[in-house]
This record gives sequence, structure tokens and C-alpha cells, in this order.
Amino acid sequence: MIKSSLARVFFALLKRDLLLAFRHRSELFNPLLFFVLVVTLFPLGTGADTKLLQAIAPGIIWVAALLAAMLSLDTIFRSDFEDGSLELLLLNPHPTSILVLAKVLAHWLITGLPLMIIAPLLALFLGMDQELIGLLVVTLFLGTPVLSLIGAVAIALTVGLKRGGILLSLLVLPFYVPVLIFATNAIEMAMSGLPVTAQLWILGSFLLLAITLTPWPTAAALKLSLS
Amino acid sequence: MKYLEVRNLSCVRDDRSLFKALDFDLASGQLLLIEGDNGSGKTSLLRILCGIRLPEQGRVSWHTGAEQLKAEVAVHSNESYAGDMVFLGHLDGNKLDLTVAENLEFSRSLALGNDCSIAQALERVGLKHFEDLQVSNLSAGQRRRLALARVLMSGASLWILDEPFTALDQQGIEMVEQIISGHLQQGGLVIMTSHHRVSFDRTMIISINLSQ
Repeated sequence: MIKSSLARVFFALLKRDLLLAFRHRSELFNPLLFFVLVVTLFPLGTGADTKLLQAIAPGIIWVAALLAAMLSLDTIFRSDFEDGSLELLLLNPHPTSILVLAKVLAHWLITGLPLMIIAPLLALFLGMDQELIGLLVVTLFLGTPVLSLIGAVAIALTVGLKRGGILLSLLVLPFYVPVLIFATNAIEMAMSGLPVTAQLWILGSFLLLAITLTPWPTAAALKLSLS
Repeated sequence: MKYLEVRNLSCVRDDRSLFKALDFDLASGQLLLIEGDNGSGKTSLLRILCGIRLPEQGRVSWHTGAEQLKAEVAVHSNESYAGDMVFLGHLDGNKLDLTVAENLEFSRSLALGNDCSIAQALERVGLKHFEDLQVSNLSAGQRRRLALARVLMSGASLWILDEPFTALDQQGIEMVEQIISGHLQQGGLVIMTSHHRVSFDRTMIISINLSQ
């Protein structure tokens, strides 16, 4: 009985989180706005040197996406922690790791997916080659869920603290750096006309590892934060 | 016959011992009333019993006796216990931006069994016709009632209630008392803390005072 209802619980939680996000549309746009602002400010800061902008465009977009993802992490568990529904999620008979996965998926759909959709536009704006834009979206598709999954572990550890902000960035940044390196490296390689399959496979394996390995520490960290 | 067995339970919080060597048994149809001054560890005890918090020492076991008598299960992180227990804490656990019905719909999809429909549960807690209202529009007492509707719907045998009467009016308190005695008569178990004088049948009540 527990196994058969697992999918139902997963989708019920996913639906609830998406509905809550929809009712809080203004908060929904915060990370997206941050992302767009940072990227649009760069040309103003560096001057309109097309060559330079083209060269640093993947880096700008990825760093901005990474910071936007990090800023939005707090919303994964914060409100559930404050209104007591996190306790109820942990106390129900279903495995917490599955519930965590549903919450992270909802969070990615709310914050990561919009970034991925708007990124091609910003890439055009920075003068990136059109062939490279597809690759940029692929790296974002493989990379941003990893940011959410790893961030969930850190936020689960710090959700009980009053001011966990700095601790949070110290915890997640070391794990975010490899994603950033391989994603931007893929695009740079493609710029010089080199094959990028290796980088994409590595990003893909990061994603698979994150999906399979992070829900357990997140669940354990949530239990720790609540007790 | 289900019963909860607690042996030698102690709790330490911030290097302060809250209670030591607590023993009790609670069987079907019984209510455990936990009394004590503020800060005496009532909530900590409830959180240990429902498995959120780990005790310093001791054990809590849940006997279902369904397949074999004394089928002992360690309470913590146990599916059959979690499915048969419902917790109402200080916080109601309602989502303010969802409607009353959406809140209950969600808690129903988390629970294993279901005792009654959403409409029935709302009627019993006096929230009929409030289904489509967002919880943020409800008063504190009404939010508490909604949380109680969740408890009612869960179909669990063991109810663990932390101050269930908070924010309720006189009529609400009587209503909750009726709901609790109804649950006890059906063979349920209730563990609760309260500062109110409760008017239950004395034979069903075991009380523990943590201040003594």
C-alpha cells in the first residue's frame, strides 16, 4: 500500500508547491529579475566591446544563473519550516527522500526552468553565436538541477538557524564550482570548434549523482534541524 | 489491542535534564494527559513520542498485536507507527495561501488511511462552508479547527496533541472534548498536553505531571 501510493504523494506535494508558488507570483520573479539585471549590467560595466562580451558571455550567464539559484535556495524549506508543515512531511509514513525530491523538483521548475528559458535571449543580447546558444541551454538544463539538489542539502542543514546565509554560501559554493567549470568550459571549447561531449557527459553524471545521492542527506539534515 | 509502551525515558535539553526515567503504558481507549509548568518538557516529550526528537535514554515501543501479540516495533523511523499516528503541534501546519479544502486534500494524500471525507471533517470541527476560503483569511481559532480536521481525517489510532485547545472558544473546547472522547470510545489512543481543566471520564485518563 505504501509503495503504490508513493507516486501519488510525490505528485501531490509537487502540485501543492507549484500552486503555492503560483499564488506568490511576485516572489517567483525575484531570481529571474536578479538574473536578467546582472546580465544586462555587464555590457554597461565593460563597455560595448563586442569581442570581449562574446568571449565572456557564457561565464556571465552561468555565474549569474548560479548566484540566482543560490539566492532562491532559502525558499525550498523556509515556509514549510515556519508554519509547521515540514514536521508533518517528516512524520508521515512515506520516505522523506522522495518528498524531498518532489520539493526540489518543484523548486527547480519555479526557479531553474525560467532561467533556462530566458537565457537564450540574454545570450543573443551579449552577442553569442547562435550555434552556441543551444549548447548553453543544454548546460543549463544539466547544471541548474544540480544546483537545486546540492543547495537542498545545505538549506536543510541551515533551515533551523536564524541567520544561515553566510554559512549557506560557504557550504554550497565548493560544490557549485565544478558545475560552473565544466559548463563554461564546454561552451568555450565549442567556441574554438572542439568537441564537447566529454564535458556534457560529466555534467550529466553530476546530475545523475545529485538526483540519486542528495535526497538522503537532505532528509537526514531536515530531521536534524527539526529535533 | 494496540498500546504504547514507554520505558525509562529521559530528555536533556541544553544541558538541563527535563525529565528522567519516565515509564508508562497507554492502551486502546485511554488518554494520557501530560501536565507540568511552562518549560517542564511537555512539548519535548510529545516530540520524542512522535519521533521528531530522539530521547537521551529509554525507548518507546508501539504494539499493534495484530499478527502476533507483542509485535514490538521501535518507534523511530517506523512506517507502521508513522501511518498510525497523527501529530498536532504548536504550529498548525496549514498552508496560508491554500484554501481550506486544498490543505485537507493534501494532508489526505499523505495519510495512509482515511476516516471520513473532507466535508464531514469540516462539519465536525464547525468549519462547514469554509472550504474555498484561503487559510490566511481565517482567524487563529479557525486555523486550529482546520488542523483538528486534519487529525480527524487521518484515520490514525494514536493522536498526539500539543495544546489542542489553544485559541479555541468555549464552544470549540467542548467540541474538541467530544471529538476526543469519541475517538477514545472507538478504541483510539490520545496523548495531549493542556492547561485547561478537561472534563473527561476519569477512568480513561492517566496523567503525568512533569513538574513533580
